[in-house]
Amino acid sequence: MKSQTLTAQAALTALPIILSLAITALLVMAVGADPREVFTLVWEGAFRDLRAVGQVVNFWIPLTLCSIGLVVTFTAGLWNIGVEGQMILGAVFASWAALTLDLPAPILVPVEILLAMLGGALWALLVGVLKVRLGVHEIFGGVALNALANVIAIYLISGPWQPPEGGSVRATPPFPAPALLPPLSDTFKVSLLALVIVVVAVVGVWLALRGTRWGLQLKATGKNARSAMLLGVPTGRSALSAFIVCGMLAGIAGSYRVLFTYNSLRPGVSGGIGFLGLLVVLLVANRALWAPLVAFAFAAVLGGSARLKIALQLDASLAGVLQGFLVLTALLSNGLRARLAPPTPISMIEEPAPQPIPAEAAHEQ
Amino acid sequence: MARKILLALTLVFVCGLAIAPTVAQDEFIFGMVLVGPFNDRGWSQAHYEGGQYVEQNVPGAKMLYFEKLNPADAPETTLRDVVTNMVDKGAQLIFTASDEFEEDTAEVAKEFPDVIFINVSGDDAYAGTAPANVGNVMGTIEWGKLIAGCAAGLTTETGSIGYLGPLINFETRRLAASAYLGARYCYENYRGLDPDNLKFTVTWIGFWFNIPGVTLDPTEVTNSFFDSGADVVISGIDTTEGIVVAGQRAKQGEKVWSIPYDYVGACEEAPEICLGVPYFHWGPGYAQIVAAAKNGAYQQEWTLLNPDWTDINNPDTSGVGFVKGAGLSEANAASLDDFIAKAAAFAQDEANADTIFLWQGPLKYQDGTEIAAAGEALPYIAPLGEAPSIWYLDQLLEGMTGPSKQE
Repeated sequence: MKSQTLTAQAALTALPIILSLAITALLVMAVGADPREVFTLVWEGAFRDLRAVGQVVNFWIPLTLCSIGLVVTFTAGLWNIGVEGQMILGAVFASWAALTLDLPAPILVPVEILLAMLGGALWALLVGVLKVRLGVHEIFGGVALNALANVIAIYLISGPWQPPEGGSVRATPPFPAPALLPPLSDTFKVSLLALVIVVVAVVGVWLALRGTRWGLQLKATGKNARSAMLLGVPTGRSALSAFIVCGMLAGIAGSYRVLFTYNSLRPGVSGGIGFLGLLVVLLVANRALWAPLVAFAFAAVLGGSARLKIALQLDASLAGVLQGFLVLTALLSNGLRARLAPPTPISMIEEPAPQPIPAEAAHEQ
Repeated sequence: MARKILLALTLVFVCGLAIAPTVAQDEFIFGMVLVGPFNDRGWSQAHYEGGQYVEQNVPGAKMLYFEKLNPADAPETTLRDVVTNMVDKGAQLIFTASDEFEEDTAEVAKEFPDVIFINVSGDDAYAGTAPANVGNVMGTIEWGKLIAGCAAGLTTETGSIGYLGPLINFETRRLAASAYLGARYCYENYRGLDPDNLKFTVTWIGFWFNIPGVTLDPTEVTNSFFDSGADVVISGIDTTEGIVVAGQRAKQGEKVWSIPYDYVGACEEAPEICLGVPYFHWGPGYAQIVAAAKNGAYQQEWTLLNPDWTDINNPDTSGVGFVKGAGLSEANAASLDDFIAKAAAFAQDEANADTIFLWQGPLKYQDGTEIAAAGEALPYIAPLGEAPSIWYLDQLLEGMTGPSKQE
């Protein structure tokens, strides 16, 4: 009986991967291409040499930072869809420092990153306050603030920070060299500082959620905010702190886009990475240590798919299709697994889906 | 007999081996990086088809292309990544087909000193700031915009023309101003009307194409032009919203017209209200550049692709052209032909080699600053900051309505 259950569990784990690969392969065949060649090209695109891996890592860094931030908010039962706007605000704050402060690199770069954390945190806190104090659902608040962040960035790019040759929504002037994060090497263009920040963030969040009072309070808030509150957990404060932590991490992600990827502030600089982070967290069922791994797989598929466009002229959005199916089938499989699994006192498989904080519970803080 | 067959087969095999490397050696791979979709019926498609022209006309030339390279459509990819992939696939020359890529091209080119980069519409090679392996190319589309402006000036019944501008920079200002000069000239000289009564309004959407939430929506901008009394909209953006909206409104009985941009086939969206299209023929110019690079003879250059005045629509010789649209009346088409003949005569006069038709004084910027006195010609290009020029047009011209700079 036990081995049968284990087999079923293993099958359900492999199911999403196999199913989404199969569907993508069928789509590829439908447009007249060879799926083996497509998968080989994506693999080559992502891993053929250090440069390619560097490209993947450059996308993975902001994606992981957003994902790990979202793990915190999901734990507290919050759908922080405003993570995109928090990234943009981080990018804007870092850009301000890069364009206006004349400081040596060892001082300027930390200042930029701290400001980015501040920008992201403030924007997230706004969503949090709207939620906790005014009862505005974080999804609505987040969407509105995402749009507002976009408008602010575009105003700055086309107005006060426009390049000397005239305004456009193209980009700010390139940042001076001391404002930029230096690459590890010419062939592996990745920022060491950003890598260190990612590792610290992942381990930090994992430890904090596992072994601290704060983490326990977040979990309690996420599982049942009303009961948690009755048991004395400050649910409102927990929610706000989760928003702040996620905002800080998203802010760093935004700063990486402007201080490393593009060397200037550009419209749409967040590039949907925050939304992709939401998919990552859904896929890993909110487990902190899994987030960077799945984020890496996403980054590799997306980064590698650039080669698809060039070699086969297939639209690279095929990678998005693969990801979409992966998430859908994973959610489906999680649902099946929950039905098939024998009832246990504590689920060892996954965290339950986030439950929103009841407004009245939040108000009572 | 069997031995003979074996011998023949061996011979064929050896010949095959001998020929195969020759074919491979003859191949020349070039890259084409597009900012928009390859089938946008606008700027990007014109480049894509220019690349196809090269494949057909330069033996061994093979194109790799990458479309929609911009932060919104491809957040995971940068120009560096695309170039790296193309070079891996054997590209020896890469066209970066947007002014969006100007700074990034210069940066990336330093990492690939053996690859030639051609940034389209940039001027680093003219300014002397480009790395040794970066050249520029641009079509003198000002000629096409003059003709487009003339077609609008000939047709407008309300005396009001809208110009759907992209972002604001030197290039977009000089193209909008060229259209204005053409409109004014034809309004006055073929219709006998006072050009000071001609309203020419420029609205900038903020980018080369619509990015929802980022730019103004070109569909709405075109509608607002028509709602506020304009009856001709000239497009300066990469995509076709201007003509699409005009076509829809014409079907509802309105007397409106449109002039799209960039792509020779752009009128097909709504031929009955299309007055014509100024467009680029990148193919012949690109073929020359690719052939030179293939032979190891390419020299860094700021290349201009000019009209062939014997036939501006000759796809093999003319760098830019203008196709008249079905919306143009017969009489106006004749006037437009006369205008094109005048422009051709002007261009073929060697005394005018450094300037463009109608860009003669008196010309003033929007703020009243004189840039060419009466009888003087404004030069096509002069070093930035030293003297006014068409290329580095710092403001719109006096008489045009719309911002010269982003406020």
